[in-house]
Formats: sequence, structure tokens, C-alpha cells
Amino acid sequence: MDDDDGRLRRRQFLTLAAKGAGIAALGLLGGKVFVERLAGLPDDARVKPAGLGQAWVMMIDLDRCDGCGVCTTACRAEHNVPEGQEWIKVYEITDPEGTSYFLPRPCMHCENAPCVAVCPVGATYTRRDGLVLVDQNRCIGCRYCMAACPYNARYFNWEGPLELTPEEQALYSPEAPVVHRRGTVEKCVFCAHRADRGVLPACVEACPMKAIFFGDAAEDAVSNGKEVWRLSEALKERGGFRFKEDLGTKPRVFYLPPEGS
Amino acid sequence: MASDRDLGTDALLAPVARWTPRFFVFIAALAAVVGWGAYAYGVQLQHGLVVTAMRDTVSWGLYISNFVFFIGISHVGALMSAILRLTKAEWRRPITRMAEAITVCSLFVGASMPIIDLGRPDRLLNVILYGRIQSAILWDFLSIGTYLVGSLLFFYLFLIPDLAILRDRLTSIGRLRRWIYRKLALGWSGAADQRRRLERSIGIMTILILPIAISVHTVVSWIFAMTLRVGWNSTIFGPYFVAGALFSGVASVLMAMALFAHFYKLERWITPLHFRHLAYLLLVLDLVYIYFTLNEYLTVSYKSEGTEADLLASLYGGSYASLFWTIQLGGLVIPAFLLASRRTRTTLGIVVAATLVNVTMWLKRYLIVVSTLATPQMPTGWASYWPTWVEWSITAAAFAGFVLLFSLLSRVVPIVSVWETLETPETPPGAATEHAPEEVAA
Repeated sequence: MDDDDGRLRRRQFLTLAAKGAGIAALGLLGGKVFVERLAGLPDDARVKPAGLGQAWVMMIDLDRCDGCGVCTTACRAEHNVPEGQEWIKVYEITDPEGTSYFLPRPCMHCENAPCVAVCPVGATYTRRDGLVLVDQNRCIGCRYCMAACPYNARYFNWEGPLELTPEEQALYSPEAPVVHRRGTVEKCVFCAHRADRGVLPACVEACPMKAIFFGDAAEDAVSNGKEVWRLSEALKERGGFRFKEDLGTKPRVFYLPPEGS
Repeated sequence: MASDRDLGTDALLAPVARWTPRFFVFIAALAAVVGWGAYAYGVQLQHGLVVTAMRDTVSWGLYISNFVFFIGISHVGALMSAILRLTKAEWRRPITRMAEAITVCSLFVGASMPIIDLGRPDRLLNVILYGRIQSAILWDFLSIGTYLVGSLLFFYLFLIPDLAILRDRLTSIGRLRRWIYRKLALGWSGAADQRRRLERSIGIMTILILPIAISVHTVVSWIFAMTLRVGWNSTIFGPYFVAGALFSGVASVLMAMALFAHFYKLERWITPLHFRHLAYLLLVLDLVYIYFTLNEYLTVSYKSEGTEADLLASLYGGSYASLFWTIQLGGLVIPAFLLASRRTRTTLGIVVAATLVNVTMWLKRYLIVVSTLATPQMPTGWASYWPTWVEWSITAAAFAGFVLLFSLLSRVVPIVSVWETLETPETPPGAATEHAPEEVAA
């Protein structure tokens, strides 16, 4: 009787061990995927090659901005921006002293981007040159990135077509979102398609006050199409700042304060 | 003795054995509400989320509030039931099944809410295909998924002996149902080694389910707490949400107890004693929640930093003030008095308190989600949000769906655990377990 019981236990033990090994193997496999995801290893197919060491930045001279809104219009034309969205939005700010000025807000393309951190599917991602882009082919429309963005820079396509025609799909890339789909999130892309060709963003070109500068922080140079400034000097001389610096998001958009204030 | 036991079993099995016409009417009414919600969701699928009142600033609304609420009440099955089991509180026996059923039903309803909220529900699979583990949504996905499986198992384990009773006792029901009971009972005969194995499994699950449940509402709160937004950017959100979850969960069990005791004529098992014991628990949780609320708002108010001050001003005296104070008074202060005073701690008073708690805890979730998103974080005015008929319809369907699932469940398995309840040495209600001398004095 005892013996019988013992054999049974041995057999049970062996089955259990085999099952355990199977589960462990599955666990290891899962763990590997897990760690790769955790490390955020780039999905190479999705990263467009960018120049070595480029770091695109924008600098906006608030002293020059007169709030005309031409940048918003130019952006709309460039990207066929859906109704109700302003990828570069001009806010009017009134100081406690009563002086008012305008603050154009593109996407900040934060180095420490909250939207990239919270995206559950990697639809929003940081390109090697620092641009934060959204892949509308992957976005599930949970809008967590919108809740996380401290600058209200993100917009949701509340309506519109769900799917693109094959021709439209061929036109689409996260760098140049000119066609738009319902149920996904979009925003300013720093005109990635133009930057890749060495052309200034649409808003920079269009600004009649030449208030918006774009350039490469690695070269310490920004241009508004007419002048080329040394970024570090401009920021130092004029007391440049980043919006909500204290949040630690490290925006790639710098502002030069209005002279009056 | 045996015949008394038989009578008890019959009474507990009665709702399962015979489905009354009134029940069918009730189910039909609930199904109609759910159907209307399904229609509203169809409209939303067809036209997009533009049919809701959500827009770019207030980008989450009713759906996410419902999500937090239902996941919240789902905690009671694990936390309350497991804790009462572990502490060997004998009076728990007639009410644990109810709590565990609430967990299962509310999890299904709660988990469907963020999916309804998705802009692209057709791409839901992307969460698995491309899931990135640093997103709190992935944490939720994993933890709610685990909890759903765990609580189904937890519910099922305690059901096995009852399924065997159903298999043996209900001979006049349809063949399909009998076949299902027979399969699900897994050949349970109540033999000693079967009991030993069941007790071991139960022991393991009772302990396992606790950390899983706590993790669930912690990561639900982290969805909010991991952002840089006023009102959400808080370090105590994890325990605050877990406490709130258990608070509304216990209130839900109290409401379910009252309804089942009345409609299923279970007053013999669900006694004033059960209401009183759970009322004490609800009171303690109320005080814990008040403590957390004080912590959350006092520390922030004292400093009144920048936009935090804007949000607080709107909560204390601005556009959200009526909602905020309704919650504090109606959901925390008044229930505390109702539960603390012996005069109002009657079954009726307790149920009123529980109802107040549940209504205001739903409002609280709405307030947390909406007021923060409406607070301007750019130089603009306050955003406004008032849900559309689509959102209200889907919300109504969520509540109706929950009651529907719960009612159906209570008609296929006994809502008071037969084997656990009849296993206790029969004591006249209010005798052995009644230990409060002040009750005698009063």
C-alpha cells in the first residue's frame, strides 16, 4: 500500500516537473519579449534614417510675434489639418502687469515626452533626431497621450473616414500626415518630411514677422529663412526659456521673451 | 435535523429551481436597456466619437468614470470575501458568494468600458501585438486580465459543492442545464480526499487573490497618477483608490443583500446581524476614505500652487463645488453619522447609507476624471463637458448589464452558498454570534 502510494507520488512528481519545465520555458520566452519591450529597442523598420547627431529644435521670438495666425494657416495648408485642430496654436497671454503678448505653441517634441511614455502600443515614438511622431496606422485611439500632454498639443480625429483608400494610404507616412483617419491622434510633426529634405517647416517659412526659427541644436544654429542665429547665444542674450520647464519634459521648443516684459 | 437541512437547501435553491414570470419581465426590461445601449454604441461606431461630448481638452468622460467605478466595486469579492475567510469570520458564510458574484459581473462590465472608449476598437489587438510595458494601460491590461481569471476561479472553486447539490437535487429542469451542472460539478461527491483537495485550492486562491486585487485598483489609479496633471499628480492615488474601491464594494454588497433578502426570501440567512457587521466595516472604510481625502486635499490646499489652486478653487467654490460638496457630505459625512448612531444603524438606515455611498462614489470618479481634464493647462478658459445621449445610454446599459448579469447568475447558482451556510452548526439568529453587550442593554 505504502509502496503503491510512493510510486504514484513519483509519477505525479515527474508529470509535475515536466509541466513546470514547460511553464518555465514559456515564462523565459515571455520574459525575453518583455525585457526587449522594456528596453524600448527600436523597431528599425519604423525609424527613418536621419542625419548623424541631428537634433531638431525650434526657437520662437515672442517679441516679434504679433499673433496674426499665418503660421496656423500655413500649417493647415501643408498638412491638410482637419477642421478644429491647430497644430500650431497661437495663445494670447496677459501678464499680471497687464501687458499682453502672443505665444505660438507647436508640439514641443519633448526629449522626455510624457505622450511617448504612456502610449500603450508604441504608436507615438521618438525618432533618432528627437522628433516625436504618431503612427496613425497603429494608434488605437485610447487618448492617454492627450491626457498626459501638458501642452494640449495633441488632437483627436473625432470624425472622418475610418479607412484610407489605397491611393491615400500610399500618400501617408507618420512624417507627412496629409491624410487623416477617424479614431486616431495627431499633432505637429515639426514638418519632418521637410526637415528630411533640408527645408524649413511651413510655419517658419510663412511667418511674416520672421519670429519662428528652426534648426539643429547639434550645430547650435537656427534660421527663420532670412537670418541664421547661434541658438546658445540667442538664448543667453535674450533670456530664452522653455514652456513649463519645471515639469522636466525638456521641450525642444525655446522661447525668447517679449522685450516689454 | 436532516429534514431542517433539506428544507434549508430547498429554500436556498428555490430561485434556481423555479424562474418566476416576474423574473422574466425583469430580465426583459434590463435587456431592453442594454439593447438601447448597444444601439447607441452602434451609432458611435458608425459616426465616431464625435457623437460623444468628449473633445480635445476633456478627452475622457463618462466611459472612463464608469470604468473606474465598476473596477472599483469588483474589489469586494476578493478583498472582503478573502479577508473574512482568512480571519475565519463565521458570519460571512451567507454573503461571500454574493460578493464574489459582484466581482465577476462588475469586472466584465468595467473592462468593456475602456474598449467602448477607444477610437479604434478594431485595433484592440495592437495592445498585445505592440504592447509597450512602460505604459500604465499595459499594466491595467495585465492586472485586470489576471484578476478576471483569478476571480472566476475563486468564484468557481466555492461553487463546486453547490453545483453537485444542483446536479443531485434539480431533477425537473431541462436536460441541457442538468448536463452543464453535471459537467461543472466535476464529479463532486463530498468524499474526504475531494474535500481536502478543494480546501487546499481554496486556501491558495484566497491568499493569491488579495495582492492581485490590490494591484488592480492601484494600477487603475496610476493611469491618472502617472501624468503631470493637477488633481491626478498625486502619490497617494494607489491606496486612495483601493480604499475607495473597497468602500463602494462593501456598499454594493449591502445593497445586494437587501434586494436578495427581500426578493428571494432569504431573511433567514441574511439577517440584521449581517447588515450590522458589514455596517461596521463600511463605517471604518468611510473613515479611512475621509482620512485619505483630507490628506489629498489639505496638503495641496495648504500650498495652493499655481494651477492646483485653480482646480481647488473650482472644487471648493466654483463650477464643480456642488458636485464636490455633495460627495463629501452625501457620500462621506452623512453615511458616517447614519452608520455610527445606533438609532439609524437599522437595516433600512444601513441600506440608505450604502446607496448614498455608491451614488456619490460614482460621482467622485466622474469628478476626478472630468475636473482635472477641464482645468486649463494652457492660457485658455475652462473646458466644458456634458455627456450626450449616447454616453448616457451606454452608461445606463452598463448598470443594467451589471444587474442583468448578476440576476442571471443568481438564477443559475444559489446566491447564498448552500454548502458553506448549512455547514455551520445551526444557531438561532442573533444568539451565539451576538456578542455585543450594549445591544442587550439597549
